[in-house]
Amino acid sequence: MSVAHDHDHGAHDAHHHEMSFIEKYIFPTDHKYIGKQYMFTGMFMALFGGFYAYVFRMQLAFPNMSVPFFGRVSPMEYNAAITQHGTVMIFWVAMPVLIAAFGNFLIPLLIGADDMAFPRLNRLSYQIFLVSAVVLIASWFVPGGAFGGAWTAYPPLSADARYSLTPMGSSMWLIAVALEFAAFLLGGINFIVTAMNGRAPGMKWNDVPMIVWMICIASILFMASVGPLVAGAIMLLFDQNLGTNFFDPRRGGDPILWQHLFWFFGHPEVYVVLLPATGMCAEVIPVFARKKLFAYDTVLYTTIGTGVLSFFVWAHHQFVAGIDPRMANVFTITTVLISIPIAEMVFLYIATLYGGSIRYTVPMLWALGFIFAFLIGGVTGIYLGASGADIYFHDTYFVVAHFHYTFFPIAFIGTFTGFTYWFPKMFGRMMNETLGKIHFFGTMISFNFIFLPLFATGLGGDHRRIYNYNNFPELATPDLQNLRILATVALLVLIAFQFIFIYNTFYSMFFGPISGTNPWKATTLEWTTPENPPGHGNWPPDNMPTVYRGPYEYSVPGREDDFWPQNQQS
Amino acid sequence: MMAVGSPDLPVAREERQPAVPNAVLAVLLFVGAELMMFAAFISAHAIGRANMVEWPPPGQPVLPLESTAFNTLVLLGSGVAMRYAGRLYDDGKVDTSFKALLGSLAAGTFFVVFQGVEWARLLADGLSFRATPYGGFFYLIVGAHALHALVGLGAVVWMVARLGRNTLRREAFQAGRLYWYFVVALWPVLYWRVYL
Ligand code: HEM
Ligand SMILES: [Cu+2]
Repeated sequence: MSVAHDHDHGAHDAHHHEMSFIEKYIFPTDHKYIGKQYMFTGMFMALFGGFYAYVFRMQLAFPNMSVPFFGRVSPMEYNAAITQHGTVMIFWVAMPVLIAAFGNFLIPLLIGADDMAFPRLNRLSYQIFLVSAVVLIASWFVPGGAFGGAWTAYPPLSADARYSLTPMGSSMWLIAVALEFAAFLLGGINFIVTAMNGRAPGMKWNDVPMIVWMICIASILFMASVGPLVAGAIMLLFDQNLGTNFFDPRRGGDPILWQHLFWFFGHPEVYVVLLPATGMCAEVIPVFARKKLFAYDTVLYTTIGTGVLSFFVWAHHQFVAGIDPRMANVFTITTVLISIPIAEMVFLYIATLYGGSIRYTVPMLWALGFIFAFLIGGVTGIYLGASGADIYFHDTYFVVAHFHYTFFPIAFIGTFTGFTYWFPKMFGRMMNETLGKIHFFGTMISFNFIFLPLFATGLGGDHRRIYNYNNFPELATPDLQNLRILATVALLVLIAFQFIFIYNTFYSMFFGPISGTNPWKATTLEWTTPENPPGHGNWPPDNMPTVYRGPYEYSVPGREDDFWPQNQQS
Repeated sequence: MMAVGSPDLPVAREERQPAVPNAVLAVLLFVGAELMMFAAFISAHAIGRANMVEWPPPGQPVLPLESTAFNTLVLLGSGVAMRYAGRLYDDGKVDTSFKALLGSLAAGTFFVVFQGVEWARLLADGLSFRATPYGGFFYLIVGAHALHALVGLGAVVWMVARLGRNTLRREAFQAGRLYWYFVVALWPVLYWRVYL
């Protein structure tokens, strides 16, 4: 009996009552509905994030022209657009979709539990998240406009309305971020407690599917790193509104202090979103290679190693912020070190493919696309990690290209991997394969045409967060401008291809062919539910699953089927 | 002991005893995140202090060392009483446990009230929130702890009420104690960093 709800409440009733519409859809405690709420809220926010990207890319390619659906972009609006784009994509798309949506939907199903440890806390988590999204969106329409001090909110610009010129926008931005962290803190606690205490009988630690490990480790990283940022956010909020001076150097404050607090959170945060995405690949690749995940233990240990190391690299974002060069050396070493476990993980996934009988289904294509794209992001990170090189690269479009080769794979390719793979479990129907493949190739190709040119413009001297390069004679060359236009046109193509995905999702949700409970012939527990999509409680109370083997038993010699579900004894 | 479950679901499987009960694990994780936040406050304070030529800055009052040391002892006493309350409860002596819990509540309340009085006095003495990071950090860190202490006191009141009717469940008591230990054990560290 979990402690979130009282003993005397319905938990001991032999039969559960039918739920009203409101209980089921508006205020659900069922982890699957909360997961879907997070999923669709996150995808909805992605529309805003994408729209902002469209606005500022249009301004960069065609400076001072009127942008369709927006109008002329003023310098203030440009700054607000890049700030809100980054904020939305990281905090309101990647985090809710990868951690909260998939974590809620998958963890109980994959460990054979009927729900989360604290279902009501879970519901509260989503509600707080929803409020945070509303506050953020409201901050775009207040007098003075949306906050434009970049997603990293460096003071003194962010600390005083006389500098930022957005008295309300900057505080509402901070409050929205803080609310969101409260939501994910509740969610993270729930995930870890559930995975520790709710596993099906017989499920040992190395029978736990990798995605569950990844989401739990990511939650631990989040919880261990978010405290300093919350501390910094409170101090910044006081600086903005109460006249304290923690960060404003005019009155004895220290602006670099914020950078440390921010990046102590910020770097682990990139692994918080990375791990769930790699976890999806770890689930999808064995299924469609019909082969066991290569070196389960090593994947796990490299993940834990990455997590620990990720707390010791943060100052690589501050190489030119005036930190002691000896300290820069230390952080160069840790940064280069952290690429080792990450590279190892990628190799292990490739090794899983070796000798498998590979099926190029849509989820598998996305998983392979993830590995390809993320590899470029990881490799360019090593150049940035060398402090000597980073003095030149810092704050150029090279950095922008680097982190988009990590972040786009995570937030979008990773999400598409998981979404197309678990779609039959979420909605009971199959997605259209042909549309899925068109969407895949359209997205992958246009994505590369956006960001490959940006490596070149960055090396050519383009600083980031510049409103109009024509104001800089040595940057206003046709060569550079053509690359900027290429990136923008590729973005338009990428956006166009997403409509195929949206259509495919909603069409298949209602009219796709019925999938049956285990369409991919996979072994993990979520594919063993009697109903599809699983009903409330996932399995009948008197027939909860018991686990007899690891999660990736494919092509086991001597068996008739080429897969061996975790809950089958023989 | 069913590990997980929705409020409106029947018991899903036979009773199983997790190594760490849900509520305790949740509070443990929460306290871990909180500790990181206070660690950041303390580091920020150390940096702010190192940036200043004089500490306390000219014109700012010195913090009340002795009276706060006494108050620290009172809070530690509250923690010890809480420990006894837990022990006695585990031995089945609910009545004496209740008394120890009341003692803990009294000492904890004294601590918060005393801190409030000190705070008012410092305000009157001209310790400014705005003028320098010295005052800013003082009010920030001590205030953050006070908020946690108030939440903790609320939890203790709830436990007192439940224990009085003997409806306090073991895990809930464990979890509540854990949170209170966090409030108690954090304070001497803050005292050391902020006052000394
Ligand atoms: C092999 C692993 C990685 C290495 C060695 C690495 C290294 C770096 C370095 C040194 C910078 C600072 C560049 C500068 O500002 O001058 C940077 C920036 C950045 N990285 Fe990475 N990175 C890695 C992986 C990732 C991952 C997995 C993500 C995202 C999920 C990511 C996201 C970012 C972001 C968002 C920034 C820019 C932040 C900003 O200034 O706005 N990186 N990376
Ligand atoms: Cu980093």
